[in-house]
Amino acid sequence: MMSKVVRTVARLVTPAVLMFGLYVIMHGHVTSGGGFQGGAVFASAAALVLVAFGSERVKHHMKLPDLTAISASGALLFIGLGFAGIGTTFFYNLFVGSAVFGHIPAFGPAHEDIWTGGVIPLMNIGVALNVVAGLTAVMVVMAIASENKRDGE
Amino acid sequence: MVRKVAIGFALVIVGTMLFATALMMRPFGEPPSTMDDYILENTQEVTGANNVVSAVVFDWRGYDTLGEATVLFTAVTAVVMLLRRRKDEAPE
Repeated sequence: MMSKVVRTVARLVTPAVLMFGLYVIMHGHVTSGGGFQGGAVFASAAALVLVAFGSERVKHHMKLPDLTAISASGALLFIGLGFAGIGTTFFYNLFVGSAVFGHIPAFGPAHEDIWTGGVIPLMNIGVALNVVAGLTAVMVVMAIASENKRDGE
Repeated sequence: MVRKVAIGFALVIVGTMLFATALMMRPFGEPPSTMDDYILENTQEVTGANNVVSAVVFDWRGYDTLGEATVLFTAVTAVVMLLRRRKDEAPE
């Protein structure tokens, strides 16, 4: 656990970082960013909390089996969406024109319509789940390992 | 001696190939394929996405992204497997 200054700043900054990560994930098909980038931003908030409050206090809220399950389900969602269009080709965008993210924009810049992209936003969410839970699991497991090593010495 | 002759011969061949390639090079800014133009013109109509980069990463080249996600997943699995708490260690 770090000093009170670091903890206070972490309390203030963490919601903003989480919100920005969510924004980058959800708008991956409209603006720059996407599942990988937004997931890394989101996981950096987990790193901040882990460092600021110490892994002894935080690790009970980030359980390793849950994180691995979320990571695997994100990867499964991604590859399932890849296989969903197998009737045409692998990774065929079958939601274009349908009710789910199905708007087809006119040629040219059109940032205001976010209900577009077919499977791309859903794939972004799958990759984001994979990245967020995976990176958080790595950080938690490393924190626990270093803590055990400190205790052993 | 034979070795030196062989090395010289190989160097001559490589040099000739490089020179021929340099002569045959296309002018700067004229790629041999027009796929980039095709993607820029048709992305919004075909994939419905306004962000061409996202459309390339997740739709045109979705297979690539599948590989990236698999690499990340494998790395996470390896780290968790290496650093996990063993059964015989005392729980917290």
